[in-house]
Amino acid sequence: MLLQVDPAPAKFSVERVSKTFRRGRVETHALDDMSLSVRQGEFVCLVGPSGCGKSTLLDIMAGLCRPDSGHVLCDGHEAGEAGPDRLVMFQEAALFPWLDVTGNVMFGLKLRPDLTRAQRREIAGHYIGLVGLERFARAHVHELSGGMKQRVALARALAPDPDVLLMDEPLSALDAMTREQLYVDFQRIHAESGKTIILVTHNVREAVCLGDRVVLMSPRPGRIREEFAIPLARPRDVNSPELARYATDITVALKDYMGEDVAE
Amino acid sequence: MKRIAFAIAFFVALLVAWELTVRSGRWSPVILPSPWKVAEYLWSSVLDGSMAEAMWVTLKRLVVGYALGVALGLPVGLLCASSRYVDDTLGALALGFQTLPSVCWIPLALLWFGQTETAMLFVVVMGTLWSVALATSMGARTMPAVYDKVARTMGSRGIHKWTRVILPASLPFLVSGMKQGWAFAWRSLMAAEIYVTILSGFGLGQLLHYGRELNAMEQVIGVMLVIVAIGLMADKALFAPWERFVKLRWGAATQ
Repeated sequence: MLLQVDPAPAKFSVERVSKTFRRGRVETHALDDMSLSVRQGEFVCLVGPSGCGKSTLLDIMAGLCRPDSGHVLCDGHEAGEAGPDRLVMFQEAALFPWLDVTGNVMFGLKLRPDLTRAQRREIAGHYIGLVGLERFARAHVHELSGGMKQRVALARALAPDPDVLLMDEPLSALDAMTREQLYVDFQRIHAESGKTIILVTHNVREAVCLGDRVVLMSPRPGRIREEFAIPLARPRDVNSPELARYATDITVALKDYMGEDVAE
Repeated sequence: MKRIAFAIAFFVALLVAWELTVRSGRWSPVILPSPWKVAEYLWSSVLDGSMAEAMWVTLKRLVVGYALGVALGLPVGLLCASSRYVDDTLGALALGFQTLPSVCWIPLALLWFGQTETAMLFVVVMGTLWSVALATSMGARTMPAVYDKVARTMGSRGIHKWTRVILPASLPFLVSGMKQGWAFAWRSLMAAEIYVTILSGFGLGQLLHYGRELNAMEQVIGVMLVIVAIGLMADKALFAPWERFVKLRWGAATQ
């Protein structure tokens, strides 16, 4: 018998996932037979117009919502209920206002009984440093800017060392300057931490700037239409012409699928 | 400094006006005693221990009843927030009882428990419980849904989620609910103490009541001043720190 060895087995995968929402008599077919496989350390961006089910897919991947059919696998095992193996950055930073910056980053760590208090402090301090907020370790949440809040949310999601980091449009509520700075930081942190990251966005340039792969989704029902490998060297500059060329190609493809949707 | 001086000047002026009114002789000193008479009464009540005893009896009832009311109100509120069915039933009941002036519990408490400490405690608990329950439920229900998602992905479930996420997220509501509960409990306890004599303990309300029976107006006013002072101190000691915390952490936007 020939033993076939996959050179890079999937760290995380979604297999044949479908989801339909019912509200009264209205049925929304959010996801149809979706499959996606992500390698260890890969940064994958899901792009699509609003209503293409990308946030639903992210909720399913996080275990916050059950698919009607299909599987979510982490290291080859059924991922099941939400848990610290898959942590999420949401569109809002969703920091807890009753805790300061360190308290927020420690939240997940305090749920790890195997760590000592000193270890938790050290880990929290490390990640607060990684996102560049050493000086704000004791700051209150309402004193932070939008970009700083998302940095704290990133540190909070990284601290418990999840297998996969899921990001649900975490930069869409920020101003352009802050966003560009965070593109630089996300790339650096991805390189340093080697995390497997899945980012959902509707911003094509953002996806090209951050992703090793950009996966295009189309709406009603949500389907994967096309995948683009982005072989550009890192760190990437979101304003570079090469990056713009990739973004243009993807945007054209995206518009095709949307046109198809309108025609239907 | 200037503000403190101004406040002191105001209260001194008030006392002077009071004293002058008494000296004008328009009202009998039985109706309007001078501030000195009131101070004299307060001093003598401190010396003979009657004030300390009354305060001890009243505060014990209040603190025990209030603690019990909060301890019951928090889970009731969380329960109401956790299910629509509980909210439609227990929640509606809580809202009804909260609008009921808590003095109205006194006749029922007397019939059920007789003239006992239990009756007093019951009145205080009823004053506290519903306000706290409603505030808790409101706070928990208005919590942003994304906090729940954060908690679940971090692995926070059950008791941990209730105590470390939902309760603290409700804090701005909780503080005002607990304050309202305190106010209701304090008022209903005073009413109960004035209304009924309980042999097991002679509280501030009873002291006030007997002041009237004896036509001792300086006692009535003196006890009233003590009741006001306790109310102010409770506000400063119990709630001001929490209000400061909420303002500090949530920012000026809330409350």
